[in-house]
Amino acid sequence: MSESLPREDAAHVAKLAKLHFNDQQLNLFTGQLANILDLVETLNEVDTDGVKPTYTVSDNINVLREDVAVKSNQKNELLANAPETQDGQIKVPAIIDEES
Amino acid sequence: MSSFETTIGLEVHVELKTKSKAFSLSPVNFGDPANENTNVIDWGYPGVLPSANKGALESGMMAALALNAQITRDVHWDRKNYFYPDNPKSYQVTQQQTPIGHDGYVEIKKEDGTSKRIGIKELHVEEDAGKNSHSGKGYSLVDLNRQGTPLVEIVSQPNISSPDEAYLYLEKLRQLIQFTGISDVKMQEGSMRVDINISVRPIGAEKYGTKVEIKNVNSFQYAKNALAYEEQRQRDELMAGHIIGQETRRFDEPTKSTILMRVKEGADDYRYFPEPDLPVIHVSDEWIKAVKSSLPETADDRIARYINKFALSKKEAAVLTQTLEMANFYDQVVDDGADPKRTANYLIGDVNAYLNETQLDLQDTKLTPGHLSGMIKLIDNGTISTKQAKKVFTAITDGEEPKAYVEKNGLVQLSDPNKLTPIINQILDDNQQSIDDFKGGKDRAIGYLTGQVMKKTHGNANPKIVHEILLAELKKR
Repeated sequence: MSESLPREDAAHVAKLAKLHFNDQQLNLFTGQLANILDLVETLNEVDTDGVKPTYTVSDNINVLREDVAVKSNQKNELLANAPETQDGQIKVPAIIDEES
Repeated sequence: MSSFETTIGLEVHVELKTKSKAFSLSPVNFGDPANENTNVIDWGYPGVLPSANKGALESGMMAALALNAQITRDVHWDRKNYFYPDNPKSYQVTQQQTPIGHDGYVEIKKEDGTSKRIGIKELHVEEDAGKNSHSGKGYSLVDLNRQGTPLVEIVSQPNISSPDEAYLYLEKLRQLIQFTGISDVKMQEGSMRVDINISVRPIGAEKYGTKVEIKNVNSFQYAKNALAYEEQRQRDELMAGHIIGQETRRFDEPTKSTILMRVKEGADDYRYFPEPDLPVIHVSDEWIKAVKSSLPETADDRIARYINKFALSKKEAAVLTQTLEMANFYDQVVDDGADPKRTANYLIGDVNAYLNETQLDLQDTKLTPGHLSGMIKLIDNGTISTKQAKKVFTAITDGEEPKAYVEKNGLVQLSDPNKLTPIINQILDDNQQSIDDFKGGKDRAIGYLTGQVMKKTHGNANPKIVHEILLAELKKR
């Protein structure tokens, strides 16, 4: 089924991931992605009737922490890892945002 | 009569007042310096592990119970994937598949006295994003303090059928949530946010009309105005034979209209999948019971108590319970021994007028329950008159202690007959005409004479006692 992964679908996934491909790259990755999907497809051969869905591989249930706040005091270290900062904020390329 | 029917659905986000974030230990605190309340989890560093805040989940349960919703027993978290600078880990943790609450309702009371139940489809606990500021100079700035702040999103059923109903729903919803204490629910501070969907279809049509989304509504009144405009616009379009496009519009306050922002192409593609880093949750009967018993008194219960215990009118009780702050303030003043009826009158009258005039919230004023009860008790026991109380009220809004203020300014009500009688006789000696009028059957003369006594005593005489002495002295003449 996924052998025929449409090129537009691959382009759509790339767009969602903010990846820009030229035609050649898109062809290459469409093929590779189709192969990956084929591999995952083999999982569908397993009969899972009556098997509960697995949402997490951990066996823990109800592991919640009490609502207590702890300050990291790492603001400067965190900001030091940002490509650019200004006034204690992270500086990013202008967001083209029609809501602003 | 219109031959169209309107379908409105509202999505309301309320920001929770927990101490820490939904999935990290960082403090939740509005107004701190940028990025002060952040850690490696909030920044989406690789290899970090989130931990779910019990307080946030229980707040979601409280909201569900307040909205008469069912609690989902088996809950897991989901990731909603999208890229944006205010969302450094590129997904939002939410409860897409298993919302903590579902199938509830809010009952609104309409102008005509009838009630209507607005269905609640579901409520989920999720996390907020950070805050972008747009410089307008080719870059934007990101503050991640808000990133990870817990939210409850409340999704109504699309059974709101007019802008008025939407307004009533929002007011009732705000009150219900506020009285649980989980959120401040303030539109102006962003702790309550409203997303609107509206469509119009000819009456009898099987399918809903095309849904239009409206953004940028910053108050309930704006929501109502935006809906009223949009309802009419869609009707006009349909009447003209046009097709309504699936689009996002924004409310423009100066013109009270909605303006096209963008046309939607296809459904949003968030590629939800279960969050693998957080354990699943099972909610037991006992847990629900414990959360239920921790819920504070609802607004409706308070209204009933005020009417039954303090003999307030329905209207008075409703005004006092418009906000949790006002209701708590009232309870504290009355608990402190002030007369309940007089306290209600002061809060509804002078205090509300003061809040309107100063545009302050009650908790941001210098008024305290102790000072208001102190003043009211001075009236209750006859120490000061209600007229003198006007001055005292101004003083307590400036934070002064009422008893000290009264003593300092000699505002003690004159009630001693031994002091009042000579003053009254002096007034009578000077006003033979009024005495004659009174004897001649003109009761108005009493009012004039009382006024003279009040004037002479600078408004400090106890009017009730003045009246008694006046009558007695007039009879002697």
